[in-house]
Amino acid sequence: MPQVSDKRGARAARPQYPNDLPSEPVRFAPGERVHVRQTAPLGHIRTPFYIRGCRGTIERLCGAFPNPEELAQQRSGLPAQPLYRVRFLQKDVWPGYRGNPADVIEIEIFQHWLEKA
Amino acid sequence: MAKRRNLPELLIARSHHDMGGRPAGKVKPLEHDVEDWERRVDAMMVLLTGVLGGKRLMTVDELRKNIEALGPEAYDRMSYYERWVTSITQTMIQRGVITTDELSRKMEQVKARLEEACRK
Repeated sequence: MPQVSDKRGARAARPQYPNDLPSEPVRFAPGERVHVRQTAPLGHIRTPFYIRGCRGTIERLCGAFPNPEELAQQRSGLPAQPLYRVRFLQKDVWPGYRGNPADVIEIEIFQHWLEKA
Repeated sequence: MAKRRNLPELLIARSHHDMGGRPAGKVKPLEHDVEDWERRVDAMMVLLTGVLGGKRLMTVDELRKNIEALGPEAYDRMSYYERWVTSITQTMIQRGVITTDELSRKMEQVKARLEEACRK
């Protein structure tokens, strides 16, 4: 969702995501190292296959949202799951990556897919 | 013969739709018109998810789940909105909004109407 600005150019107070939902406690802070679980429950999963099993760093907390895996099964998805933007080095994701070793890829991943690395 | 895989391996296997990062050629941008039936499918989704009309009969997550449940052959054969309409139909049956019997009878009606139109 685009950032909302008022006429003075300051960020409007309107939240970027619903923040009044009961949610799971936030477990990770920016800068923490995490590991993406290598699993695949049935149904609808928003964690791309290629990133499972990789290690990265929490870049930011994006908010908490109803769990899409549960929403896909006609349930409420509550408590909401914290969603993080996680930063990975491209060379850690793609075997034999030949680009700049500092290149990164950022992916939004729900907390229940992450473990402390 | 393909190597026989054990159950844990199968459970963490990549789903067909999850193609990110797979070897592929260059993306060829292609201009094409949206057909009327495709606009209608899009509009149906807007109404069914309650974006307009205030009645939520399904979620986009269910749309995705039923698209991702398509077999690889069907997934590749279908166009974007063909996948959507197949998934919406499946979801409406799962939710009990329509029955398979109602669907099959409606499809017979539509088929008959088309055949009638062709004869004229």
